[in-house]
Amino acid sequence: MTIAASEAGAAPHVAVLLIELGAILFGLGILGRLARRLHVPVIPLYLLAGLAFGQGGLLNLSASEDFISVAANIGVILLLVMLGLEYSASELTSSLRLQAPIGLLDGLLNAVPGAVFALLAGWGATAAIALAGITWVSSSGVIAKNLSDSGRLGNRETPTILGVLVIEDLAMAVYLPLLTALLAAGGALSVFIAVAIALVTISVVLVAATRLGEQITSLVSAEDPESLLLGVLGLTLLVAGIAEQLKVSAAVGAFLVGIAVSGTVAETAAEVLAPLRDLFAAAFFVFFGLSTKPGLLLGVLPLAILLTAVCSCTKVATGYLAARRVGIGRRGKWRAAISLIPRGEFSVVVAALAVGAGAQKQLGPLTACFVLLTIGVGAIANRFPDRLRPRPRGT
Amino acid sequence: MRPKGHSIDILSRPLPGIGVCQELQLRTGRRVGIVTRRDGLTDLVIYDAEDPDAAHDRVELAYDEANAIAEILGAPQLVEHLSVQQQQAFGLLVEQLPLAPGSPFAGRTLGDTQTRTRTGASIVAIIRQGTATPSPGPEFQLIANDLVVVVGTKEAIDQVAAILDGSAG
Repeated sequence: MTIAASEAGAAPHVAVLLIELGAILFGLGILGRLARRLHVPVIPLYLLAGLAFGQGGLLNLSASEDFISVAANIGVILLLVMLGLEYSASELTSSLRLQAPIGLLDGLLNAVPGAVFALLAGWGATAAIALAGITWVSSSGVIAKNLSDSGRLGNRETPTILGVLVIEDLAMAVYLPLLTALLAAGGALSVFIAVAIALVTISVVLVAATRLGEQITSLVSAEDPESLLLGVLGLTLLVAGIAEQLKVSAAVGAFLVGIAVSGTVAETAAEVLAPLRDLFAAAFFVFFGLSTKPGLLLGVLPLAILLTAVCSCTKVATGYLAARRVGIGRRGKWRAAISLIPRGEFSVVVAALAVGAGAQKQLGPLTACFVLLTIGVGAIANRFPDRLRPRPRGT
Repeated sequence: MRPKGHSIDILSRPLPGIGVCQELQLRTGRRVGIVTRRDGLTDLVIYDAEDPDAAHDRVELAYDEANAIAEILGAPQLVEHLSVQQQQAFGLLVEQLPLAPGSPFAGRTLGDTQTRTRTGASIVAIIRQGTATPSPGPEFQLIANDLVVVVGTKEAIDQVAAILDGSAG
């Protein structure tokens, strides 16, 4: 009797966990296929799935929430290390050289509206900084997928679009430590120190990666995929953990590891880490949806619509000016303008950080709405530029 | 017989995180582009005549399909393209020297020519009837009408040409 009772206490929990987890992953698999069929990015579907099953949603998942929460943390780290792996140090530095003015303009035009909205809503300075980040950064994942799906990789405006994304991602390496320090409610000094540490580390890593990339890379051999997977993953989690301990944000640590690793090791590492990233990033988006109360969505909807309207216009202006600067024609300027509208992973990462640290609770549902709306607006508007009558250049 | 370097503009556009796009301006005014992606796929792009920035049409090529097209277009063109890049990079030239039927080395091995020791230039490939043999060894047997692909300074390549003609001591 007693043995049976104690076993019954543990086993059902594991069983429920497995059933919930299995059902979630299976469902996400189907969503992934659906997204592929419909040629839509998968991120909004994951978010919606999370919202549907979250607190007060259609179904209640209790057993697997802890597990998904840990997986979500690893998801952020993997998203960022892959971002670092995808861009080589020379791509980062040359984008920075060529497109710095546009990066600055992009930051001003798109971060300021977020900050102003938060201040007007009376959410305070920290929430303002968070919302600035949320409205600032376009989704490199969604946009790269859109460009490839719509066959625009060969277009002349495409390098400009990608250049803006690269600069934004680099800017995040400074922004995230700033936000982390602010959220930790430190004084002005600790914020300053965190940003200074981040800036110095990024410069050192960029210089080291461009000069010593091969030596750093030879530390992890590319010969054996299994040990490479464990080596790179281990190194990433280790550095991310240390960065988090130093209050520089785990995400930034992971990003820097990605940049420092180069050459064939980076390529192989990106290959072996990609499936893991897909799994854990899915967990991250679902978890964000799960921890957002669907009931709150309606309340923030008007604000989200307003924010989407304003921040779509500011992104359009950014893309248009960036393309005009390099002499792109009429349709191309509009294509660059509109393709930058979608926000995605970074906005969610920032919101998750902010909400997790106890900033304004409404940032969660607001960001979920905002990301979904911008991706939707971007997808609808994306077809418009090719219907424009092309005019000769210079008019 | 040496191929002249045509000034075909190849515009190279890095696509951070994705790969590189190379755009060619044709004499007809049309432009074609090749997007080499890191994921192994290649996009072949025909640009729009009306909208200079956009693709009018594009096909996605898998790795082996892109290779098949490259083979059909041929090795000689590849070598010529390489020569332009090499020249820009190191001041080195790549040239294809035809082995005339009357050459003393027709029917003899590459090692017999002693080009490397005598000139400092390297023979990096032999093209025979459109098929390239890269990095031929000293035992490689030359026959008349082979194209000998040489890398070196201009002087060294001229010396190799003289050796192959039989006009050098």
